Amino acid sequence: MNDIRTIALITGVLALLTGATVVGQFLKRHPDRGLDPAAVRTFNLRIRGWWVLCTVLAAAFWLGTTATVVLFGLVSFWALREFITLTPTRKGDHRALFWVFFAFTPLHYLLVGFNRYDIFSVFLPVYATLFVLARVAFAGDYKRFLERTAKIQAGLVVCVYCLSFAPALLQIPIEGAAGGGRSANFRLLFFLILLVQFADCMQYVWSRMLGRRLVAANVSSNRTWEGLLGSATSTALLAAALWWAAPPFQPWQAALAGLVVATMGFAGGMTMSAIKRDRGVKDYGTLVVGHGGVLDRIDSICFAAPVFYHITLLVTGAGL
Amino acid sequence: MLSPADLTEPVAPTPPLASTSKAGRSAFCRVAGLSLAALARLLAGSSVRWIASQPDTCQRIYFANHTSHLDALIIWASLPQPVREVTRPVAAKDYWSRGIVRRWLAEEVFDAILIDRTAIKVHQSPVDLMLREAGTTDSLIVFPEGSRSVSGEVDEFKSGLYYLAKKRPDIELIPVHIDNLNRVLPRGEFLPVPMLSCISFGPPLWLERGEAKADFLARARRAVLSLKE
Repeated sequence: MNDIRTIALITGVLALLTGATVVGQFLKRHPDRGLDPAAVRTFNLRIRGWWVLCTVLAAAFWLGTTATVVLFGLVSFWALREFITLTPTRKGDHRALFWVFFAFTPLHYLLVGFNRYDIFSVFLPVYATLFVLARVAFAGDYKRFLERTAKIQAGLVVCVYCLSFAPALLQIPIEGAAGGGRSANFRLLFFLILLVQFADCMQYVWSRMLGRRLVAANVSSNRTWEGLLGSATSTALLAAALWWAAPPFQPWQAALAGLVVATMGFAGGMTMSAIKRDRGVKDYGTLVVGHGGVLDRIDSICFAAPVFYHITLLVTGAGL
Repeated sequence: MLSPADLTEPVAPTPPLASTSKAGRSAFCRVAGLSLAALARLLAGSSVRWIASQPDTCQRIYFANHTSHLDALIIWASLPQPVREVTRPVAAKDYWSRGIVRRWLAEEVFDAILIDRTAIKVHQSPVDLMLREAGTTDSLIVFPEGSRSVSGEVDEFKSGLYYLAKKRPDIELIPVHIDNLNRVLPRGEFLPVPMLSCISFGPPLWLERGEAKADFLARARRAVLSLKE
């Protein structure tokens, strides 16, 4: 049973990506169709990004849970790097930052890898926060103290803590009629990533088609209420249609999860936009020339992962 | 004969000759150099830009703003491997000859030219030493500010760069700007924080005919600052 679901999911994704690639290449070769060439280029870049994402995920899944946790750990590390590079820090933060990067982040992922939910759920929000506060105080620089420590903490929570709930999905015990086992967990994680990506796209499409009321013009000039509603609805429908791929869910539960994931993803995008606007950069990729901008790619999933994790816990009856 | 003012075009690239100083380097040191360069670039997350400039093995002097102990290592690591082979950082003897590891790195891996800051004499000027060590093949990495800037701004340049340019007018002077590396390893710290940094190489410049020392040094400093955008 399990394998049929997995094969169906893989086949579906491959078919979709191949179809999109063919369409994208066709549009590129026929610029006379009246479509904006910049939009076509963006579309093709997106498709290529998804191929890369799917290949990397497939490789990590094939290698197993440990490899997947390590992969997410590296992504967190890189995203935190971009986050801290973007925010101004003072010399007094240096030692605290060293421990944040080289002790707290790896330790947290170690706890995730060993499935110590009881510890990893408080490790960064409580212990790392206390450590950062005290270490910066010990460094003796009190200028804008709360502002500086809050920045480090925000970076840790968004880039490391929240994102780590995605690989933590692999540790939730899944049983029942929908089929349990290892591959069920990987399908669950893929389901989350798929919903987040889909919600991002739908937000863009609905905003372009119907978008009139901006949520906050000062923060983002292309995120509209219509985009949010449209994306939440479409994502809920997709999730309901794919309920068979996500093991513990009934169709209505999957739809609810889709709704929440789309909303949280939207909130993540808004939050990162606000930070970028404040720092006066357009995306994290252009912050230091030549870098890809990992944070631009993962802002939605960072916000959606913890909620999705807890919904799954509720549904499986494992309890919070 | 080449006159300094006639040099408006870059001199033809010299093929990398087997430099005497590099010939004896063991394979182990080469591997150590390669892995160290990779590690340094990974740690400092450095992206490298060549703005109106190209990497070349011709004899050059790279001059940069000085913000961190990692500066020389990162510039050296940012160069393509064949260029790195002929490029030697100029570094302070009091820092780089302390301890076995540092000395081994300076002497065997980077093949650095160590300058004794405490014993500068008239007949043994650092500029002469640098040029003698560089010979006709090796490129140099220098920091004309002299020491690491405290403020994070680029300080006024010391005159060494002017005398280098005056004595060897045929060498290309390449401005290099190092951004954000002082946050990776600030003054007085020994543990690095892996922030993202950026190394920008600019177009070559030369000493103009009759250009005054102060004008030249100001122009060179502006060339570094202009790479900051």
